[in-house]
Amino acid sequence: MLDEKLIVAGFGGQGVMLTGQLLSYCATNKDINTLWFPSYGPETRGGTANCSVTISDETVNSPVISKPDSLMIFNKPSLAKFMPKLKKDGNLVVNASLVKDLDFREDVNVYEIEANDIALKLGNLKAANMVMLGAYLAITKIFTNKEIVAVMKEKFTGEKAQFIDLNKQALEAGKKAVETSA
Amino acid sequence: MAKVLMKGNEAMALAAIKAGADAFYGYPITPQNELPEYMSKHMKEHGRVFLQSESEVAAINMIYGAAGAGARVITSSSSPGIALKQEGISYMAGAELPAVIVNVMRGGPGLGGIQPSQGDYKQITRGGGNGDYYLYSLAPESLQEAVDLIKESFDIADYFRNPVMIAVDGLIGQMMEPVDFELETPKWDLPKKTWATDGNQKGRDKNIINSLYLDPNDLEKHDLKLKKKYDEMKRDHQRYELINMDKADIAIVAFGSTARVCRTSIQLLEEEGINCGMIRPITIYPFPSKAFDEIPKSVKDLLVVEMNTGQMIDDVKIVNEGKLPIHFYGRSGGIVPEAEEIVEKVKEIMGGE
Repeated sequence: MLDEKLIVAGFGGQGVMLTGQLLSYCATNKDINTLWFPSYGPETRGGTANCSVTISDETVNSPVISKPDSLMIFNKPSLAKFMPKLKKDGNLVVNASLVKDLDFREDVNVYEIEANDIALKLGNLKAANMVMLGAYLAITKIFTNKEIVAVMKEKFTGEKAQFIDLNKQALEAGKKAVETSA
Repeated sequence: MAKVLMKGNEAMALAAIKAGADAFYGYPITPQNELPEYMSKHMKEHGRVFLQSESEVAAINMIYGAAGAGARVITSSSSPGIALKQEGISYMAGAELPAVIVNVMRGGPGLGGIQPSQGDYKQITRGGGNGDYYLYSLAPESLQEAVDLIKESFDIADYFRNPVMIAVDGLIGQMMEPVDFELETPKWDLPKKTWATDGNQKGRDKNIINSLYLDPNDLEKHDLKLKKKYDEMKRDHQRYELINMDKADIAIVAFGSTARVCRTSIQLLEEEGINCGMIRPITIYPFPSKAFDEIPKSVKDLLVVEMNTGQMIDDVKIVNEGKLPIHFYGRSGGIVPEAEEIVEKVKEIMGGE
């Protein structure tokens, strides 16, 4: 049974909110229950931002996730804030380009993804969130990259449409990063 | 139609458009800004009115004017902004004008904070402004329920000729969930608005929209007329949901997004072999007293859970009439309780007997 509770956290401007939203849009397209909730308020570019995403075959109850199954961590302050909440044997996907030389919990599955470096190699640092998403999907297999790209084609219209190809490459690169490290 | 993933504030705005709202007047405040933002873009497409006023006071008086002219009107704000609108809301109840008012609650008092809260419970359920009046007040727990209730709320407001309050919090406003906008919602039998000040082109008797009655005999008669409406709301239009109550040893009483957190607590307690039920008021005015008549004998305690320091607990005490011990758990200031906190509180109550 599908019942995934995920927190995505990082700096404002890293695309944390969009990363979570793409998962919820994808769930909606597949008629799977989902709930997305952002931290909101004084968060700005450079400040911290996070969102909670629940994807479930069951009705979604509490919008607040106290014990996530997975974390996507984009920066150091987010690791300190959310790692203690992660379930035992949960998935900890970290942006290793920014989060390094830190002690990770030993009772969880840690995936260190050089997301910024990989995105830079693809030509745009802003695609780091899609590298992270590609890695997360390769680990959890909740949705395929193809399904996420289908959401982008629906949502990224006008000027944003030009980023779909780059994002697609970033998703694949994230997937590859997980496969080669395994 | 397939479900659409939308943010709560936007979904509530679209629901109002689908319900035939003719005009929106409002003033920005976090955490409800996406509602007027959505209206600013889409009301015009439907040939309707969107107006950002210079203040909340102006907005509610525009609502008064448009409602008086017979239009279907809506405004939205968050706690401090709703406080500013109270004078106008009282005038509308006095002048018997229908409107839908959305309060996306945030922490208070004063400017408070911008995170989710249910701190306006008493203000909402006691009328809020001066005089003998109440608002039919609905507290949805999900976006689907919020959308369905908003679609119906315009009919309810027209039926009673009284403002309806949609009482949600920042959580509902900011979250995204899949919503089906085409679900059938109840249609109320509505008479024509023969009372509206809509130009009088047919030479009928003059219509006057007013809340001033200088003769005490007239005002008392008017107050009693209003009271009849509130009596009817209490008698025929209470709404609530009973969850897992059949074999419950303890029952939570919670509304809105807090009830939703409590649903998870109930599941967690079930895994530990504890039967916990819940009474979920959907109308917070009229308070669903009938739900308390349905409490089975197995229930030994009531636990009121709110995102405030304890406001609905007084209504629970009134309807409980001293029958069961009442406990309270609340978080305030913008903190949403986690399901586990409520689980601990339930276990503490049950272990303490």
